[in-house]
Amino acid sequence: MKNVDVVIIGGGPAGLAAAIELYKKGVTDILILEREKKPGGILRQCIHDGFGLTRFGETLSGPEYASRFVRQVEALGIPCRTDTTVLEITPDRKVYASSSEGFLAIQAKAIILAMGCRERTRGAISIPGTRPAGIYTAGVAQAYINLKNKMVGREAVILGSGDIGMIMARRMTLEGAHVLGVYEIQPYPSGLPRNIEQCLNDYHIPLHLSHSVTDIRGVDRLESVVVSQVDDHMNPVPGTEQEIPCDTLILSVGLVPENELTWMAGAQPDESTKGAVVDENYQTSVPGIFAAGNVLHVHDLVDFVSMEAERLADGAARYVREGGLPECRLAVKGDSMACQIVPGRISGKGDVTVAFRVRRPMEECTIELVQGGQVIRRKKMPKALPAEMVEIPLKAEMLNENDDLEVRVVC
Amino acid sequence: MQIYDVTVIGAGVVGCAVARELSRYRLRTLVLEKEQDVACGNSSRNTGMLHAGFTYKPGTLKAECAVEGNREFDQVARELGVPFKRTGKLVAGFTDQDRENILKYKAVGEQNGVEGMRMVDKEEMNRIDPSAGGEFAMYVPSSGILDPMQYTIALAENACRNGAEFRFGQQVTGIIRQDGDAGQTPASGAVPSQNAAGQTPVRSAVPPQDTAAARTPGGQPSSAPAVLYQLHTPTDTFFTRWVINCAGAQASGISAMLGYPDYPVKGFKGEYYVLDKKAGKYLSIPVYPAPNDKGGFSTHATPTIDGNVLVGPDSYVTQELEDYKVTKEHMDGLFADGQKMFRQMKRDYFIRNFSGIRWKRYDPETREILDFMLEADDAHPGTVNLAGIESPGVTCALPLARRAVAKLVEKEHPAPNEAFDPVRPVKKRFFEMTHEEKQQAIAEDPMYGEIVCRCETVTRAEILAAIRNPLGVHTVTGIKNRTRATMGRCQGGYCETRITEMIEEELGLKPEEVRYSKKDSYMFTGKVRV
Amino acid sequence: MLRTFTCIMCPRGCGLEAVVEPEGGSREDKGQEDKGRECGLPEACAAGFRISRITGNACPKGEQYVRQEIENPMRNIATSILVDGGELPLASVRLTGPVPKGSIFDVMKEIRQVRRPAPVTEGQVVIPDVLGLGVDVIVTKTVESV
Repeated sequence: MKNVDVVIIGGGPAGLAAAIELYKKGVTDILILEREKKPGGILRQCIHDGFGLTRFGETLSGPEYASRFVRQVEALGIPCRTDTTVLEITPDRKVYASSSEGFLAIQAKAIILAMGCRERTRGAISIPGTRPAGIYTAGVAQAYINLKNKMVGREAVILGSGDIGMIMARRMTLEGAHVLGVYEIQPYPSGLPRNIEQCLNDYHIPLHLSHSVTDIRGVDRLESVVVSQVDDHMNPVPGTEQEIPCDTLILSVGLVPENELTWMAGAQPDESTKGAVVDENYQTSVPGIFAAGNVLHVHDLVDFVSMEAERLADGAARYVREGGLPECRLAVKGDSMACQIVPGRISGKGDVTVAFRVRRPMEECTIELVQGGQVIRRKKMPKALPAEMVEIPLKAEMLNENDDLEVRVVC
Repeated sequence: MQIYDVTVIGAGVVGCAVARELSRYRLRTLVLEKEQDVACGNSSRNTGMLHAGFTYKPGTLKAECAVEGNREFDQVARELGVPFKRTGKLVAGFTDQDRENILKYKAVGEQNGVEGMRMVDKEEMNRIDPSAGGEFAMYVPSSGILDPMQYTIALAENACRNGAEFRFGQQVTGIIRQDGDAGQTPASGAVPSQNAAGQTPVRSAVPPQDTAAARTPGGQPSSAPAVLYQLHTPTDTFFTRWVINCAGAQASGISAMLGYPDYPVKGFKGEYYVLDKKAGKYLSIPVYPAPNDKGGFSTHATPTIDGNVLVGPDSYVTQELEDYKVTKEHMDGLFADGQKMFRQMKRDYFIRNFSGIRWKRYDPETREILDFMLEADDAHPGTVNLAGIESPGVTCALPLARRAVAKLVEKEHPAPNEAFDPVRPVKKRFFEMTHEEKQQAIAEDPMYGEIVCRCETVTRAEILAAIRNPLGVHTVTGIKNRTRATMGRCQGGYCETRITEMIEEELGLKPEEVRYSKKDSYMFTGKVRV
Repeated sequence: MLRTFTCIMCPRGCGLEAVVEPEGGSREDKGQEDKGRECGLPEACAAGFRISRITGNACPKGEQYVRQEIENPMRNIATSILVDGGELPLASVRLTGPVPKGSIFDVMKEIRQVRRPAPVTEGQVVIPDVLGLGVDVIVTKTVESV
């Protein structure tokens, strides 16, 4: 069994950023394991621009954004084994992986989980109907069109107003397909406003809120979908059914952190984020196993993924040097309007960035971070959308070491 | 003109079992299947139970075959390399009425020859599986779980290796019988319309040549008048001396084409939820609710052989032969009912839905549900007709096949196929290997190291082997059903792009020629850039 | 006339409002103005306009954006070119700067013609000054040859 200080699982934006930052902090015995042929993760297929404004102050395409990190990893000489899939990790930080070069068994001092997320599928949201060809999740359609040179269809309906769905609406339109409309079950869009503008409005693609696909028709290839208006409980309203002939249905109905390895190691899950519960050091409930990026909670912007992974490097480097981290005994909780809170535990002794989302769109609200009944930080927000993660940095001196931290959204 | 000795219509589990049993003899056997793979109908659209046989009326073919099929399945699974586990089953009850119904069917089971059934109390239920609901139960040790898709593939591949030929995309739309004494040749190109063929078999014939009876030294000449059947499909015509109807949902139509009755059938459709393997750890044994007085079970949860959980089926009547759509109404119902039987059911576990239909033969006068039909008579020489074969068709497939083949054997006395090998060698799945075995496998074939499907841990070597399957199936779902790739929680989000690429490369197909499942289920409209 | 915009300059996506008046007072021809707004194109206002007020922007880019949107909306596009003999069949490309919205499909037509042997490298110009619009089409992903 090979020994490595830090094994990073996943060579996407989170894993690469964590690797570089760890190296800069003096932890140089690192191994990145990446299942694809090249590092870069999902960014390799996200050829649109709009990445990097926060992290680099300029707007880049996904591949360009990724290559900035890849080049740094290469320049630092951090090994990245591609075409290598991790099959198993253990609570005592053994990593088993498989590649055409052989079966790998590694004992790590620390493991960084950076596996990203996967797309929610038709089965996960129980769309009724038949099972013809022509139904793709947005990311799969994106991979086919941008990486594999295969066109998935000509007349498309898009279910879900997630960013990837809107981006694929534009992408397919540019390649000559006709996108008939985007249907969103919620009364508000789930992607960013600018994507509604530049991906839908620019191309006259209608967005229908409070609508869902209620039937899929066609036996061999998709022939049509039925869309219906939904009520406040997201149940279809009878009489509002409308059949739309199309050959392609693109699903952009959410992302789920990809945590199978995480659970294998016995880390405690967070029901709200669908990732692991982590503390302020991004350490999971299993000592020495850390997580950042979309594997932890789904982010809106890759810039935030990179920056979270960079923050993770602090704790992970310290763990490697000292063999442990101080306990984080205080819970971070939200009120009924705040969800997907990261981290789940803090010490009260260190700086921490609290990330969360509001449950529904709000205007003119105030975010309060409360400890022991005292508001320690207050932030006014003219608007807050579930599509936009809120990040609030807290300094150690604002916190006490005795009371749980609560996130309140006050209207 | 190529003349087959036997043509099996339908490559469901029964058709493939018949083909496999036929391949024990020196017969030129053809299987015609309208879809692009085996088990596209109800053979794969079921719970994957090896039934014990305690709910079927004593003395029926159904009861007889179920018990026989159940008893022999350990050996069948071993021979054919079919994943199978004799888990036993709990039929759980809460009320006195439940107990009464359970005891009623326990007596039926005993009459059918089901062994080892016994009533167990709550304490023993907890020992068997603590997650089982109910106050008491009947424990049925002989029930088991299997992958019906793998089983059908195994039967077909074994038949194929032993000489049977499979043709896909061949829907029989007309059958013409040519009797040996007519001395006429069939009008070439006279493909009758579907209806005409179905109703009125044309009688004109050539004496059969190149038949098994003529070719095989051990074969005895048939005592029945020599007949030859022309089977028409939209693209081809096949000539065959025997026809065995194993058309499942379509069996009544074929039955009528053969001159047997167009048996009335009633479709009992059931929908299912497939749950993530994460839910599988909560369930080690199928737990069924007490049956109603007709021997039917309401929605229940069953572990699958691969570690998922199936919730369903519910039951409602349908008219359409292949109405496999799933509906919101029934999915909602399954979710509500499923939670009662399987407390761990939650939306996070949803992977997929599917449905199947039990086409039961019934008496239009009395509305009574009738037994499986297996018939062959001198009025319909050279035919074996199987109709109304539904649940427990998977359990009964081989016993039914033996009975069907016996009808041919008693007329034809074909010579045994000395090269017949009942064993289908299978490789251990990479997923199931120990670390050492994995290391070894990769050292021997580096493609074992390349994981194509992450959720189900399927390697490039395994996908390639599936693309090179002996039946020549090349749909994406065909690869899925052979390897489990795309069956996991991401439903192909990671691996489907790779699988389609491998299919193209291996078979030299253009993107637009790749098929998802059915004949016209194209996945791509072409290239983005040419 | 009050017009609303969603700024696309950064992910924040500010909702903006601008009071726009055609130069020389309020326009009589409402029909034509609506038509301009409906198709998202600014013909109706391009001739001459005056922005009296912009609100909702969190930074000066918002104001620039509104002016540009009214004058001549500009967009960047990303797509792919065919690569022969590469590790991937396609290389992604983008424009070095935005082009008028109305010329997007013409630019796509140009890009569709491009075919390059591998390797292609990030930053490589595949069409300089596309359609004379003053921007280049550049590769955004290195595709090595196999």
